[in-house]
Amino acid sequence: MNNKWVGASIKRKEDPAFLKGKVQYIDDIHMLGMLHAAFTRSPHAHAKILSIDKSKALAVPGVKAVFLYADLPDVVRHQTLPLLVPHPSIITTKLPFALVNQEACYVGEPIACVIAESRYIAEDAAQLVEIDYEVLDVANDCLDALESSDHCAHLDMTSNIAAKFQINVGDTDAAFKNAPNVISERFFQHRGGPFFMECRGAIASYDESADAYTLHVSSQGSHRIKRCMLELFDLSDDQLRVVAPDVGGGFGPKGSYYPEYANVAVAAKVLGRPIKWIEDRRENFLTTHQERDQYWDVELAVSKDAKILGLRGRLVHDNGAYVPWGIVVPWISATTVPGPYVIENFKLDVFSMYTNKIQVTSVRGAGRPQAVFAMERLMDRVAQTLGLDAGEVRRRNFIQPEQMPYNVGIIFRDGRPVTYDSGDYPACQAAALSKADYEGFKIRQEKAREAGRYLGIGMANAVEATGLGPYEGATVKISTTGKITVYTGAVPQGQSHKTTLAQVAADALNADPKDIQVITGDTALIGLGIGTFAARTAVTAGSSVHMAATDVANKLKAYGAVMLSCTIDQVDIHNGHVVLKSDPQQTKSFREIAVRSVGMPGFSMANGLVPGLETTSYFTPDRSTYSNGTHVVEVEVDIHTGGVDIVRYTVAHDCGKLINPMVVDGQIVGGIAHGIGNALLEQMVFDDQAQPVSTNFGEYLLPLSTNMPKVDMVHLETPSPLNPLGVKGAGEGGTIPAIAAIISAVENALSPFDVRISHTPISPQDIVELLGEHALGETAL
Amino acid sequence: MTDKRSIAVKVNGQTYEREVDTRMTLVDFLRHELDLTGTHVGCEHGVCGACTVLVNGESVRSCLMLAVQANEQSIQTVEGLAVNGELNILQQCFQDHHSLQCGFCTSGMLMTLTEFLRDHPNPTQQEVQEVLSGNLCRCTGYLPIMSAAMDAAQKMREAQS
Amino acid sequence: MKPAAFKYHDPSRLSDVVDLLSTLENTRLLAGGQTLMPMMNFRYLMPDHLIDLNKVSELDFIQIEGGYMNIGAMTRQRTLEFSDEVAEHCPIMLQALHYVGHRQTRNRGTIGGSLCHFDPSAELVNMTALLDGTLQISSKNGSREVSMDEFNQGFLTTQVAEQEILSRVRLTLPHVRDGFGFVEFARRHGDFAIVACSCLMRLDALGQIESIKIAVSGLGAAPVRPSNVEKNLMGQLPSKSALIQAAHDVSQIESVSDAYVTASYRQHLARIMTYRALCQAAKSAQEKSNDR
Repeated sequence: MNNKWVGASIKRKEDPAFLKGKVQYIDDIHMLGMLHAAFTRSPHAHAKILSIDKSKALAVPGVKAVFLYADLPDVVRHQTLPLLVPHPSIITTKLPFALVNQEACYVGEPIACVIAESRYIAEDAAQLVEIDYEVLDVANDCLDALESSDHCAHLDMTSNIAAKFQINVGDTDAAFKNAPNVISERFFQHRGGPFFMECRGAIASYDESADAYTLHVSSQGSHRIKRCMLELFDLSDDQLRVVAPDVGGGFGPKGSYYPEYANVAVAAKVLGRPIKWIEDRRENFLTTHQERDQYWDVELAVSKDAKILGLRGRLVHDNGAYVPWGIVVPWISATTVPGPYVIENFKLDVFSMYTNKIQVTSVRGAGRPQAVFAMERLMDRVAQTLGLDAGEVRRRNFIQPEQMPYNVGIIFRDGRPVTYDSGDYPACQAAALSKADYEGFKIRQEKAREAGRYLGIGMANAVEATGLGPYEGATVKISTTGKITVYTGAVPQGQSHKTTLAQVAADALNADPKDIQVITGDTALIGLGIGTFAARTAVTAGSSVHMAATDVANKLKAYGAVMLSCTIDQVDIHNGHVVLKSDPQQTKSFREIAVRSVGMPGFSMANGLVPGLETTSYFTPDRSTYSNGTHVVEVEVDIHTGGVDIVRYTVAHDCGKLINPMVVDGQIVGGIAHGIGNALLEQMVFDDQAQPVSTNFGEYLLPLSTNMPKVDMVHLETPSPLNPLGVKGAGEGGTIPAIAAIISAVENALSPFDVRISHTPISPQDIVELLGEHALGETAL
Repeated sequence: MTDKRSIAVKVNGQTYEREVDTRMTLVDFLRHELDLTGTHVGCEHGVCGACTVLVNGESVRSCLMLAVQANEQSIQTVEGLAVNGELNILQQCFQDHHSLQCGFCTSGMLMTLTEFLRDHPNPTQQEVQEVLSGNLCRCTGYLPIMSAAMDAAQKMREAQS
Repeated sequence: MKPAAFKYHDPSRLSDVVDLLSTLENTRLLAGGQTLMPMMNFRYLMPDHLIDLNKVSELDFIQIEGGYMNIGAMTRQRTLEFSDEVAEHCPIMLQALHYVGHRQTRNRGTIGGSLCHFDPSAELVNMTALLDGTLQISSKNGSREVSMDEFNQGFLTTQVAEQEILSRVRLTLPHVRDGFGFVEFARRHGDFAIVACSCLMRLDALGQIESIKIAVSGLGAAPVRPSNVEKNLMGQLPSKSALIQAAHDVSQIESVSDAYVTASYRQHLARIMTYRALCQAAKSAQEKSNDR
């Protein structure tokens, strides 16, 4: 075991194939006899289906079949798609069928599946399926949906509440009684969709002789997809193999099980041919899960010296039409609120509402950005109210490093108490402020104002649960050629697993990452897995690779010792060989050992040798490990147009030990881009009939290269005590505090005008409207 | 109605003769008729740039061109960049700077930059930032793509001299 | 998102184009494809016949004649961007072109396509309004010439009828002493502007405005040439107060709201953009006066 590779910024092994266009995303896969699927989808957000006529569609040359709900096999017809995360707080569980039976509950819900020789023809036919609808009332806004039951998202419900729960720590009533300062705010927050560049897709094939399916799917976790399908189709484990090819981005929603995957499998068996479905971008806007709206009504009680006495309020969350993820997103939101601050009294009532919109699934940040926004904007208000510096208010409330591990008093989505294991929050904020030259800002701001320009600075802190359990596994195996392979259920969609996990294995085996191949996301190659999301892979898969590789190293040494006629403590591993320490010319190569390990005549394994150089390990974290970060953003606001320019972006980030610093930097910068999008650009607009309006990239605005500022980064490293590598997750830390910091900066820029910003995203028009007479009435400059 | 045409298209120096439906887009032709799957479909409405190829040396959105329009034209795709199987200077800079994560936007970025660096061998940071505004990336936050482009420009200038 | 089937035609002469237009029904003309193809991919448009204009080379030209620039409808935005004639005779157009989409879209997009789509804030539509453009519309029956005012018939609608094709646009070149300014406000680089404003301004020997043209895009279906504002500026010095007043007057022009932007914000931006364009033009006009 050495420490040569973990911590090194080695270049990615997978890059050359990507750069040459030689990898395989789902749509790059061709199979003999493959047919193509397209769907006829509900144009209404809420409608009853009265009748369907598929005859015209079937008559199109090249069309092989048109499936409706009635055509699905019994087992699929009689159950909905699975509930992935059950929870007692869920009041009414609503889940979709693979095709709409009688009631469509969001625009885009699939009603008919057309199979044809080409996607072009399938779309021709999908247009010709004639459907009679009775249009129903819609539940359009989650707050309206709570305050009135006049419009229910589901016909057979009398209320729109999907779930409600309460977080309750300490005694908020007592804390608020006689509190010297109480700050109340309503925040409205909107996030948008993941908008990965590669749309979803799946290919199903069915082997009649084995009565078994293979599903290739662009997803974030093959094993989870498999479990859903085993349940839905009532299959046994050996009847389904799920494989993730190269995946072009995921950000959360590619981890869900979607109805289209069931449909291609049904069609594959009925037609006896592989069936491919590739989501087009229009479908992506309508049917890929999103995060959307949250209304926060919160109050913060603080003492005269800005110490938090208590926080209480209500969160109303838009769940969308169905609830496959239970209460995961609002739960994460609620439990993220306290962040790095000591809050002994905290109560939040949470309502998760059904609306007639596509369902909500975690999108990078997963409900945490909204919690951070609420908390950090409240901290800014405290600073404004008490006339204190924003950084000072936060400093006075930090959990101190000596208090680690710190029990926040609430339960996280993994069923475990929120206990921050490690981290130095004061140091992190100090590092960020120093790097951002926070001290010098006042002068920059004044100088700018003299020139009629408005600069602002904002900051935000976040603590993030990462390394979510229950496990992720890895098999490390040395084949009889001596080659090292790592198999894992983790599925990269850009996170560089094929390099980082090779680095971990390389250290344990004293090998070179270039000699280690990492194969991901194939349920046939590793039996159990969960997937890559929620910033968990470095912790879970990384630790499993470490454990498995260490065990294989021990097996190598055990065999080597026998073959070199010595004891195990007399050998070491160097350069693909087991070496006798006292005489390094005496070696046995991995290859030789591997050949022995699978059994050779005359070679006895009776002395306790285990056959094969293969170990599968599943790291099961005791609980989440907590990363933290501070973002400091400097902006310039054009008060005449409302345009916002980010002039400086600084991040201090602690995600424990880094396997590959270059990869971590990449995750943070990429995460910041999402945050900029959420703060200033991205909005899924629906009309009042829950009809999606912004359904193309011209209207839904993603950040461009020209929207990205330079980013200055400081890395802190407080290793996690909860896994052998000391790592924490890094995938979402760039996004989580970003929105709050940016909005805080914009508000600070507009402080001469007494502008308060309580919603996100904020547009130039919003800013001009908030400026009111200052901009509208002012004669032009 | 199926309307077909015979076309002859030169791609990465090789001429391909095929009969195609007139409604087939150029990107679908490259990917599915010619098996050159390095060019990607990201939006089919001309915004994301994942489908960017060079047509007669000019970057275009191949989702907005028909295959029949490429008849007798010369196309360059990402598969035509490597030299004898080795990454070219721009590609190597992408690896050096960690300019790709999921890789889906990468071929479009490379083709846009191939045209740009050929026409602007000594660009400013701002010019690089602006030329990339027609290509979306959801993973990297663009900064490492920009630094790779600046680095490649310098290395290409050095290679010339 | 695949287009519906159509019959494809690729004529190489204008006379063939108008023949096809006169005999076929439910046709669409394919120019740069940057607007039409997305609509066909979304199946918002499903023509039975697609007439590809990209081989009609006689429609691709830039020609200076007298005080005018004649541009064929199939002239690519890229051609205009790199044209010496445009740079020399019409630098404001070059400035406007830098806001038009992105490199890839300008490589294929055409001026004719932009004019026939008539997005309210398209830069080339604005230029045509500013430069008193006249549009030549051809059909089997010959050609007719219409003014920019007549050309627009409402939101995204032009006078070009089913069997007609826009063949040429003629722009009045700026005077050699015209200062110019072009500004716009868009959400992101390369996006359609919310509001854009262009201005040509010429000063006499006393520094007073002797010629002024303003075109404001984004308030309604077509760019506005605010003739009263232009008239009021004549004879004045381009002082800050005069320009502020002019900008204020522009902001009084009626506007429309949509799902994303309110009328009042458009009017507000019109004031800001007009002021900035006027300042740019005034500065540039003063420099040209000094060069006399």
